[in-house]
Amino acid sequence: MPDRPKPAKISVDNVSKSFPSDTGSLDVVGGVSFEVGDGEVVALVGPSGCGKTTLMSIIAGFVQPDSGAVHIDGALQAKPSKQGILISQHGSVFPWLNVQQNLMFGLDGAAPQDKRALADHYAAMVGLQGFERNYPHELSGGMLKRAELARALVVKPEILYMDEPFSALDALMNLRMRNELLRILAEERHTVLLITHDVEEAIHLANRVLVLSSTPARIKASFDVPMPHPRKLSSRDVQDLRVAILRELGVYSD
Amino acid sequence: MKKVLPSLIMATLLIALWWVLVDVTQSVIFPTPWQVLQAMAELARDGTLFEHIGASLFRVGTGFGLAVAFAIPLGLWMGWVQGAYTTLNPIFQILRPISPIAWIPIAILWFGVGNESPIFLIFISSVFPMIVQTVAGVHTIERRYLRAAENFGVSRATLFRQVVIPAVLPQVIVGMRIGLGVAWLVVVAAEMIALHSGLGYLIIDSRNAGNRYDLVIAGMIIIGLIGLLLDGLMRLLEGHRLVRWRYAR
Repeated sequence: MPDRPKPAKISVDNVSKSFPSDTGSLDVVGGVSFEVGDGEVVALVGPSGCGKTTLMSIIAGFVQPDSGAVHIDGALQAKPSKQGILISQHGSVFPWLNVQQNLMFGLDGAAPQDKRALADHYAAMVGLQGFERNYPHELSGGMLKRAELARALVVKPEILYMDEPFSALDALMNLRMRNELLRILAEERHTVLLITHDVEEAIHLANRVLVLSSTPARIKASFDVPMPHPRKLSSRDVQDLRVAILRELGVYSD
Repeated sequence: MKKVLPSLIMATLLIALWWVLVDVTQSVIFPTPWQVLQAMAELARDGTLFEHIGASLFRVGTGFGLAVAFAIPLGLWMGWVQGAYTTLNPIFQILRPISPIAWIPIAILWFGVGNESPIFLIFISSVFPMIVQTVAGVHTIERRYLRAAENFGVSRATLFRQVVIPAVLPQVIVGMRIGLGVAWLVVVAAEMIALHSGLGYLIIDSRNAGNRYDLVIAGMIIIGLIGLLLDGLMRLLEGHRLVRWRYAR
């Protein structure tokens, strides 16, 4: 008897969501379906205000869709869990806890010294060794992002939901954090769903790029990114793909 | 030093003006600054000054302490549980604008003229600002932090200990500062009614017992200085490690 096919890591089936507004109701997400395989990195790109963040909130389990469903490993996603950690643009590192305490926040069960060791291990992994006792207001924007990433990684989530994770950083730090993320993904296996408005970032990081329409968000096109890592962003292939995706977004450039 | 210099000069000028005005008007009752200083020294020498200060501080400490113990848990509960907020908030909004002075007759009726009356009045005056600030603190916790806690699936105890309480603490301290300020304002007023000790009593008694306006003004200045000191202590709390994040950057 053949094995039953494994369900997709993330399966989004015809999800839609609308919010009440002055003129009735505003459709924000309009029937989105796609799947993400285990260990895949999928990027969703779309114009700003297109409902990407709402879609991400639904997939991560914070918001329930009006219709349709999200399944993780075949199980209905009813509420957020440690299985998938959300990293958002503005970050949510607790300003009243130091780096180590932030990293230990999501850990339970283990003895305190084990938690501390684990926290310090991940702090080192993202390049924050020596800053374990520092408070977030003593860190730069890039370091804060690293702390946020480490806090997610330390609970060993299967999925990382990244909503414009590096958008608040300057261009240089943005590029540095992308490389950092790719290095970590090569070390530890995670399924990543990335939302971004930055096409280059999407091509740099993802195996597949899904293009969303403007509100209500729908999937307009899908592009595979076959280039192996490390990707050379100035290469012909990348540039061609970038132009094709931008065209799909309604932006024409040569 | 540069910061305090202008206000020191201003204070000196005001005292000089006061002295000149008393001199020019040849007032028999209104004292000169020098007479006030002598009155303070006299009170300090016979020890009554410290008795009055001690009595007032004891009443403020007790009333304010009770108010803190009551307002903070209640404020947290009201902030967290929407039903508690919608039920209790309108009542507190009606009670809050009533001046504590208006409670004096009720305080005397319920607690007589001992220490309990001013303690009750201080409680009443400082409890509402602290409830309001604590509730506001809970309501303004940024959603991204609550979401993160939800995402990591922490227990309710951890949620409160590591997210809600530390997030609210800066607002609680603001509430405590307001509460203590009002408490100090009220203790003096409350002590003017009856009793036999306290800085409020000192002022009223000095007037009644032979128009000792030097003692009246000495009492007022001491009240002002202690109020400044109490506020300074609360400001020290704002610099505490646990809430410094709020004021950084």
